[in-house]
Formats: sequence, structure tokens, C-alpha cells
Amino acid sequence: MPSLGADMEDGTLTDWMVAVGDSVSRGDIVAVVETQKGAIEIECFEAGPVTDLIAREGDVVPVGAPLAVIGEADASDPNRTEIQAPPADPTPEPVTSRPQDPPVPSVPEAHEPTPIGTADASMSDAAPQQIRQSAEEPKASPAARMRARDLGIDLTGISGTGPGGVIVIADVEHALEDVTPARPLRHQKDAMRQAIAAAMVRSKQTIPHFYLSHTMDAQPAIDHVTRLNADRPPSERILPGAVFLRATALAARDCPDLNGHDNGEGFVRADAVNVGLAIALRGGGLVAPAVMEAAELSLAETMAAMRDLVARARTSRLRSREMTAGTITLSSLGENGADAMAGVIFAPQVAMVGLGAPHKRPWVVDGTVQPRTVVTMTLSVDHRANDGRKASQFIAAFETHLNRPDAL
Amino acid sequence: MTHAEIRAAFLHELIGIAPDLDPATIAGDDHLQDDLDLDSMDILSLVTALHDKLGVDVPEADYPQISSLASAVPYLAGKKS
Repeated sequence: MPSLGADMEDGTLTDWMVAVGDSVSRGDIVAVVETQKGAIEIECFEAGPVTDLIAREGDVVPVGAPLAVIGEADASDPNRTEIQAPPADPTPEPVTSRPQDPPVPSVPEAHEPTPIGTADASMSDAAPQQIRQSAEEPKASPAARMRARDLGIDLTGISGTGPGGVIVIADVEHALEDVTPARPLRHQKDAMRQAIAAAMVRSKQTIPHFYLSHTMDAQPAIDHVTRLNADRPPSERILPGAVFLRATALAARDCPDLNGHDNGEGFVRADAVNVGLAIALRGGGLVAPAVMEAAELSLAETMAAMRDLVARARTSRLRSREMTAGTITLSSLGENGADAMAGVIFAPQVAMVGLGAPHKRPWVVDGTVQPRTVVTMTLSVDHRANDGRKASQFIAAFETHLNRPDAL
Repeated sequence: MTHAEIRAAFLHELIGIAPDLDPATIAGDDHLQDDLDLDSMDILSLVTALHDKLGVDVPEADYPQISSLASAVPYLAGKKS
């Protein structure tokens, strides 16, 4: 079971897309897993024949636990490969929940106070004081303790199903269901809200953000899109959002120090530019799946990728890699929103591009005031990884690309 | 197509894009973006669906004409005839 977010403890296997005997390749969709962020398609990171399906449909599987076996049927064969957390997953694992270990900390571990100031940016460490337990409290995993606190649930009286009777997150959620009438859709929305809350709290508590804001002329880009769309059927039209995503991808390629991840020990540049796109879901909630290899796409390909991503985000058909592989994120307010937005960085990334709604404003062009469509970009930056100079370079690169839309 | 048929087709495509909307509660002058929370990608999807299903190409300059049910029906009827 791959980790699809630092606060994820387990996922529910809803569908196997392969059967024993099938041959799979890297990148194949092998299963669908229900998480707090909706249903996610799990991609395979190995190749070979499927020899065993360990988890059954409907099972709740802890992060790191094997789902299936790929390789020779002989159990003693060292070449057999279990489908596990993808090796490229940049999400730092919580100290207490490593993929190879039991998903719930053993009792002695749970009693150890979490050291303050470790480099690990996991949710478990986000508030060490609150999650440290005293002798008279029930035994519970740090994540379960935090979830209980967030939900306002008393751990006393909850029976734990983890090793040694430790209360795990699922126990807390079951306790919530006991006191809340079953309303599946509502519950799912609440779960997503909780996932967003946990990710935002963790980001703001661990990442020292700073922000640079710049308003720029977007008229050349808007005019370019209008020209392109004039003689195109609706299915081939481009949205200004695709131009902004393209400019973000090229600026990230130009400024690699803002494109990558903080792995817990420091910033690591990413080889590719995978631009996370913040997508608002109808009825509430937000996901930020990545447009993969965005610097290598044409404008038309970028638009097609965005259409595909938005459609799948709304029908809960995102892929595991898209949820974890983003190297920088773009969040736009769309056509009718506010002038500017300072976004919260999507950890473990180190930068977030926040775009306000483009608005017609008086603007000085060649010494005269003209009505122009301008857009304000606010760059949120992790101050551990970068300083203002690098952030300024990124903004300048973004503006340069936006001003040459025919080169996008 | 009659106005009633165009209205039904428009509502059908709208609900396809925003399944949480209840066709019974959509008022004629509800603005697709301001009142019903559609974004620019939704509008483009709606225009694409109208093109596929009704054979009507709504150019970008005419998007304001389909910004509510009340304005979209006569506009689409005019394009059909």
C-alpha cells in the first residue's frame, strides 16, 4: 500500500484491476484504493507475472503492507517482488510508520516522547507536546491521538485494535461513526476536509513560508489564446490556465532550486518538472494532482493534460503517481476571483505559485496608460530551501515566458 | 428543436458537468459561474458538449450569451434555425 500523502495511515482496497496469472508492466493500473482524497488508481512499479493477491477487495490495508506478489510463484525465490510503496515516493514517512515496519508503533515506541526539532516533517511530529502521552492515558498511536484531538473525541473507552491493544486511527474513526449517524457522502467530504486540514497544518507548522508578489501584463497571453481559439472547435480550445501552467513549468525548469522536494534533510532538485494543479471539487474539497513532465509538453498537450486531470479529479480517478510526484504547485483563482492569493506550500515541495484572477486595469505601456488585462502572481517559498533572490528569478522567468506566448 | 427541447438538452449537459445540481432548483437567471459555481473549464466542457450534441458552435465571444438558462435557450434556438 503506497503512501499517497504524509498523513495517510491506510487505504481501502476497493478493486483489483489484475488477476493472478496476469503479466504487468511498470505504470500499469493494478488496483483502486479508496483514501481520504477519494479513489486513487494504484500504478505498478515492477514488471512480471502476478503470482499472489494478498489483500482482498474491501480490506483496509496499512501503508507499507504488501498488496500482491509479482514474480515467481516459489515463495523462497529472492526475486519475487511485493507491490509496495513506490520507491520514488518523495513523501517523508512518519517516524512511527515506516513502510517495512508494522503500520502501528509498538507499545514501547508509543511511549517514547517524540523528539522536538527532528528534520522529519511528518504529521506525527507536527505537535510533539500534544501527542506525548501520560501514564494514565490509553495507549494510542501518535496519529490516532492527533486525529482524536482534531475530532474532539476522548480516547478513554475506545478499544484499540493495533498491536498490544494500541488505538490506531481506524479505531478513532470507528468511534466517530458510533456517535455520528451514517451519512456516507457527508463522511467522505469530512474525511477530505480532515486530510486537507492535516496537510495545511503540517505545512504551516514545518515550512517557514515567505511570499513575493508581482503584477504583470497578461494581455499578450490572453490575446494569443483568443487568436488561437477563434477558428478552433470547442474540443480544441485553450484556456488561459494552460498558458499559466506552461509558464510555471518553464520557469521551474529555468529555476531548478524551486523545483523539487525537501526530503527531511534538505532540498533535493527534481529531474523532471511535474506541476501540481490545485483543482477545486464541486461540493468542497481540493486535490492537487500533477501534470507530469510539464516542461516537455506543447501548449495544446498541456491543455489536454489539464482537461484530462480535471475530469478525472472530479470522478475520483486519479493515479497514485499523480498524487505524489508533483515538484511545484500552481493554484489559480480563475476568472472571477480576487486579485491575489498567497498559497500554502504543498509539502514536501518548496514552492507554490498562486495566481489571482486576471482583471482589466489601467496599465502603462510604452509611456501611455492603456486598459490591459493584468494578473498578480504570488510565489510562496520555503525559506529553508531558498531566499528572495531565487524567488525573484523565478518570477522574472515566469513573466518572460508569459510575455512570449507564441513560444509556449 | 423547440425551446423546451433545447432547454432540456442544455440542462442535461449542465447536470452532466455538475452532477450535484438539481435541475428542479435551477432558476432561469442563475448565472452559471456566479450562482452555480462553474469554472472556466466547466464552461468549456459545456460548450464542447453543446457542440457535440446540438451541433451548435458557441464561439468564445458568445460565452456571455449562454451564461444562464434564460439567455442560453433563445441564443441556441437562434443558432439552430
